[in-house]
Amino acid sequence: MSETLTPTAETEKSGHTRRMTLNMGPQHPSTHGVLRVVLELEGETVLKCTPDIGFLHTGIEKQFESLNWQQGITLTDRVDYLANLSNNLAYSLAVEKLLQVEIPPKAQWLRVLLCELTRINSHLVWLGTHCLDMGAMTVFFLCFREREDILRLFEMFAGQRLMTSYIRVGGLALDPPRGWEKRVRSFMETLPSRVDEYETLLNTNPIWVKRTKGVGLLPVEEMLEMGMTGPCIRAAGLPMDARKMMPYSSYEKFDFNVPTSTDNDVYARYAIRIAEIRESIKIINQAMAGMPEGPVQTSAPKVVLPEREKMKTQMESLIYHFKIVTEGISVPAGEVFQVVESPRGELGYYIVSDGTSKPLRVHMRTPSFGNLQALPNLIEDRMIADSIAIMGSLDFVLGDCDR
Amino acid sequence: MDYLLVSVIKTLLIAPLLLATLAYIVWVERKVIAHVQLRVGPYFVGPHGLLQPIADAVKLLTKEDFIPSGVNHFFYWAAPWLGLMFAVTGIAVIPFGPTVDIFGTKVNLGLADINIGLLWILGLGGMGVYGIALAGWSSNNKYALMGALRSSAQMISYELPMALALAAPLLMSNSLNLREVIETQAGFVYGVIPNWNLFTGFQLIGFIVYMICAFAETNRVPFDLPEAESELVAGFHVEYSSMKFAAFFMAEYCNMIIVCSVATALFLGGWHPIVPPAVATFVPTLLFGISAGFLFYHGMNNIRPNDRYSFPFFGVVFAVLALVFLIPGVGPILNSLFWFFGKVGFLLFFFIWVRATLPRYRYDQLMKIAWLFLFPVALANLVLTAFFVTLFNK
Repeated sequence: MSETLTPTAETEKSGHTRRMTLNMGPQHPSTHGVLRVVLELEGETVLKCTPDIGFLHTGIEKQFESLNWQQGITLTDRVDYLANLSNNLAYSLAVEKLLQVEIPPKAQWLRVLLCELTRINSHLVWLGTHCLDMGAMTVFFLCFREREDILRLFEMFAGQRLMTSYIRVGGLALDPPRGWEKRVRSFMETLPSRVDEYETLLNTNPIWVKRTKGVGLLPVEEMLEMGMTGPCIRAAGLPMDARKMMPYSSYEKFDFNVPTSTDNDVYARYAIRIAEIRESIKIINQAMAGMPEGPVQTSAPKVVLPEREKMKTQMESLIYHFKIVTEGISVPAGEVFQVVESPRGELGYYIVSDGTSKPLRVHMRTPSFGNLQALPNLIEDRMIADSIAIMGSLDFVLGDCDR
Repeated sequence: MDYLLVSVIKTLLIAPLLLATLAYIVWVERKVIAHVQLRVGPYFVGPHGLLQPIADAVKLLTKEDFIPSGVNHFFYWAAPWLGLMFAVTGIAVIPFGPTVDIFGTKVNLGLADINIGLLWILGLGGMGVYGIALAGWSSNNKYALMGALRSSAQMISYELPMALALAAPLLMSNSLNLREVIETQAGFVYGVIPNWNLFTGFQLIGFIVYMICAFAETNRVPFDLPEAESELVAGFHVEYSSMKFAAFFMAEYCNMIIVCSVATALFLGGWHPIVPPAVATFVPTLLFGISAGFLFYHGMNNIRPNDRYSFPFFGVVFAVLALVFLIPGVGPILNSLFWFFGKVGFLLFFFIWVRATLPRYRYDQLMKIAWLFLFPVALANLVLTAFFVTLFNK
């Protein structure tokens, strides 16, 4: 590792005295967290790029092994601060697959709705920060205005803005709060016009178009080799979307498109994300319209805590309650891999259980890692300003990448 | 003796006023951008944040002056003050108003009245790049060095179309003295169209080219590449703190004032009003009166509780200002000052507005605009102007 990160030695050998090694990050304003990129420059052109990740490594996968199955949910929140509910969902779905429990439709619909809100939230933060990288300050504030509304909705549902832990094994943590339909509906009514507002600021802005069109090109095959997923690969023309390819949580019952583009540049990635916000609005509106009635938790007494009233009056419920609270649920031995489409791309949870109340191994296939892998290929031989634009367009979250 | 005394008085008046203006432009900029971005901006230091610039100044003065290791001490110290000096000196040749009679003495409103005024400003503008280049070079930081390189390349390429754009109105007034240039723009054609170079001189293209270059010359968005926050962290002044940082800041705003003043003098008719004199006398009174009315109205129907007192207070100030413009003797002087500073203020507002709206250009795109678009356009404009000037003057 140390050899690749000290290109100066190599520079001296090759005799190119005009090259300069620039240590971008880990506290650079445009590396979105703690990414360190060692750039070898000639003038303003990047000749070589070596990303250095791991500054945010928290050993979160190992921590899963010391917590029981329900406690693991709280860790999934902390993987990716912009896609907490997608991570909650991926983990819950994987555990539910091992448990082989059926989730009631209302919980599934609400999961879809919340995950789409998460997607909008993540794309808004992406758009805002990406514009900030390009020097357009105002879009950032406009995006964060809507993001604030979404975070308030999350707070309403889960009591938390970021660390939601709302989607649990066996359903949802709580019944949705009173009046949530009204709040979500009014937000959905304002959002489309707000998205139009961002587009008027950017789509026809010649500087924005010049900075993004034709920048960050990479052949699709190479992208696939690197493991890129999500909006980046859809901007390259592949309609890869886990919601369509391997539907989960009743996504097959919703009518939505997977926007693709063949331009494969930074502008296409921007356009795809804007289109995805609109598709998410469509999905949320469908989920609101067709929201089924019923419980939000499955009726599996060994998995879900019994109702408070039953626990106090029925012996059997008290025993289940005691067992779940003291030692946690036990999941049948086996291994499972569950994929969901997080805002950044394919998010997979690989879980191995040995039949006890704690997972034997939890591994995440996170989209940020795959997307970040393509960074050197994308920015070599481009200018520094382009490298910032490209880095932004990949939309990585370092917590998601380093784990 | 008279001349010396007047000069001293003028300097003592203008220097502190300039420094205060520089501080308050920052306040205006923060307020305007904040309102574009759905925020309120500075609000808590003084009423409506009006004491914020003073708080900033105190903060910057008392802050630790950190010097990183490995800097070239002489140039590291000299660069910010060099930059500020070149910026502030430019103000000296800008005329704010006509020659007026004060207690029997003829006084030019403006510090110095030299016959190479514009050359002086262009020269200082060209020197201004030294402050930035030396700062970037001496601070022993790669980001700063790249900022300095960008700045040098940018300023040198933009100086050329800028000078060409400025040459066209000079051809028409046949003088480099800014006061004379403004005086040739007096009067109205057909009684309604002001005889400014922008309108009657058909210098719209020249004006646009000049304004684009002015953005690059002052390192403002969308040409703020030398400090490109998201690319080079803070560019050339990344290693500067305390008053040395403030010097760069002041130099940037001072340069903005200068380029806007030059635009006003050469294209927008200086202190000559846009409406015929009969109406122009009452425009300031009317504007300040309306502003006072608005403030009183919003003071009554206040949104924030403090506005109940602050808005009527400012309303009274504006009302008094409106009346001052009607005092004979003082009124006409203030009137021409109003038109000059009104135009400069509008252009400054335009700078701020653009900053809140546009993204940043890329380095090579910036150079392409200068050499492949602005330069030929400015050259063509100059040639055409020269042709017409010769044609109509004979």
